[in-house]
Amino acid sequence: MNDEYLLRFQEITTAGLLDAIPHGIAVVDRECKIVAINQTLEALTGVTLADVRGVYVDFVLRSNIARRGRTFREVLTDGQAQIIEGDIVSRDRRKIPMRFTISPLRGEGTEAAGLVIVLDDLSEVVNPAGLGADVDFADSIIGQSPKMREVFELIPLMAHTEASVLITGETGTGKDKIAEAIHKRSSRAGKPFIKINCGALPESLLESELFGYVKGAFTGAVKDKPGMFRLAQGGTLFLTEIGDMPLPLQVKLLSVLDDREFFPLGGEKKIQVDVRIIAATHRPLKERVAEGLFREDLFYRLNVLHLHLPPLRERETDTRFLINHFLRTFAERTGSSVKTFSDEALRLLTAYSFPGNIRELRNIVEYCVNICQSRQINANDLPKHLFTSTEPVAAARIVRPEPVAPPLEQGQDWSSIEKQLIVDTLTQTRGNRSKAAAALGWGRTTLWRKLKNHGLASPSVPSNSREEA
Amino acid sequence: MKILLTVHDDNIAPRFDQTTEVIIVEHDGLRPGGDLRTIILSRRSADDLIDLIVKEGIECVVCGGIEENYYRFFIWKKIAVFDGIIGSYREALQMVLSGVLRPGDILQSSI
Repeated sequence: MNDEYLLRFQEITTAGLLDAIPHGIAVVDRECKIVAINQTLEALTGVTLADVRGVYVDFVLRSNIARRGRTFREVLTDGQAQIIEGDIVSRDRRKIPMRFTISPLRGEGTEAAGLVIVLDDLSEVVNPAGLGADVDFADSIIGQSPKMREVFELIPLMAHTEASVLITGETGTGKDKIAEAIHKRSSRAGKPFIKINCGALPESLLESELFGYVKGAFTGAVKDKPGMFRLAQGGTLFLTEIGDMPLPLQVKLLSVLDDREFFPLGGEKKIQVDVRIIAATHRPLKERVAEGLFREDLFYRLNVLHLHLPPLRERETDTRFLINHFLRTFAERTGSSVKTFSDEALRLLTAYSFPGNIRELRNIVEYCVNICQSRQINANDLPKHLFTSTEPVAAARIVRPEPVAPPLEQGQDWSSIEKQLIVDTLTQTRGNRSKAAAALGWGRTTLWRKLKNHGLASPSVPSNSREEA
Repeated sequence: MKILLTVHDDNIAPRFDQTTEVIIVEHDGLRPGGDLRTIILSRRSADDLIDLIVKEGIECVVCGGIEENYYRFFIWKKIAVFDGIIGSYREALQMVLSGVLRPGDILQSSI
């Protein structure tokens, strides 16, 4: 064995060792500049070792413990390891509580040649109760209705398998939080959970985000990019709005799911990945399959385990519970005393249909907490659109002539019901969209977006549609 | 355009909420640089920094790591945010003015 071979072998062994440990690890030199980081830290920070080799460590970690570098310099000088609790801001803009173990790396001399920094995620320790009891409500899932209890019972079962999960449900029903809960309860919990919105990026950008590219693959590819599949190595990749994924990419995704390997853009070397897929959509995938917009084989590949989240209007008992929860949360945030809703305000709220589901309910409570000056939130403190929407919707339901609304077919999903409802209402208002939107309790742009989603819109784009999109 | 950069020595500060120094640049769209104004904050506080940004009428923020709720607030306020930047503030500023800075960029000057 020659020296070059031994050196290469040492490099591979070190990298392999670091990657095998399920904690973020950074190795730095005496100037606190990055020498090596492992895959877990790459996933947390969103950078690759190639990008940040030689960069001062705290620019990469984004911690609150560095004290302008004094912490690291103290360990280098004293040679005493330090364990400090603090936090970092991750690539997806989350503040994650961490335990930092900073140890000196000693060479042959007495002086430390550098430091090894191990990051231990304390999220589970800080929020030990798991589902429904997290300190930050952004992570919590709340519900006591029978339909949600069914969902909660399924989460641990889904967490203990490796099969793909398809989560469906209307917008604002908490698909993201359920996906994260499944990941956190699975054996992959210590590994990355990476989310990508398939509907938010154009096809070419989505492909490079998912699969990465190699330097020189296209104009502007000045360095290698690992892609989400590689960043999620050993963990879970959450593909939200999968129903909006372009067809050509669906083929590539299917191939990765089957073979567990892929070529990055412009790459010649196959990358092997071990990633669990959780997909979510608010679109009716079966319908999209029938329309030729979604591949049938990919649908069956993703739909191994299916979880449907009920809309808020079907979770009768949860509305009151969620209102109280958000009241407490926003009172804590604003530092004010907890307010209550008057009976009249509660009646109006519980009668409202919440087309935006929990997201809309949360925003309404936040609005009320901020607007109301007294301790009790009255009906006149509620957002005005509640009054303009609830009554016309009820009226529209009463006056709708029977023959126009056909009986629901067995297995008919919400999307097709909604489409029919829009058509019926527009027929009643003789095509007047403003009147139809008012009758349905939606804004004009919401109606326009839904028309577009159902393929009922004319090609012209209203100028104010961007705001609500 | 009024730009605010969170600063740590000569670099973009690693974290928005840990920043104690900011540089504000008023760029008239004609000169390549613009006038620089340094403000030292009395304490580390994301809320104080946000107040400053809103009061100053900042249109673009260049920073390191930032939490989602602050980020969303800026987007809601129609303030452009270039976050996750690693490198010198001068290079970042130059790139913003040239329209080539992207969130998450690791600049040449970082090494």
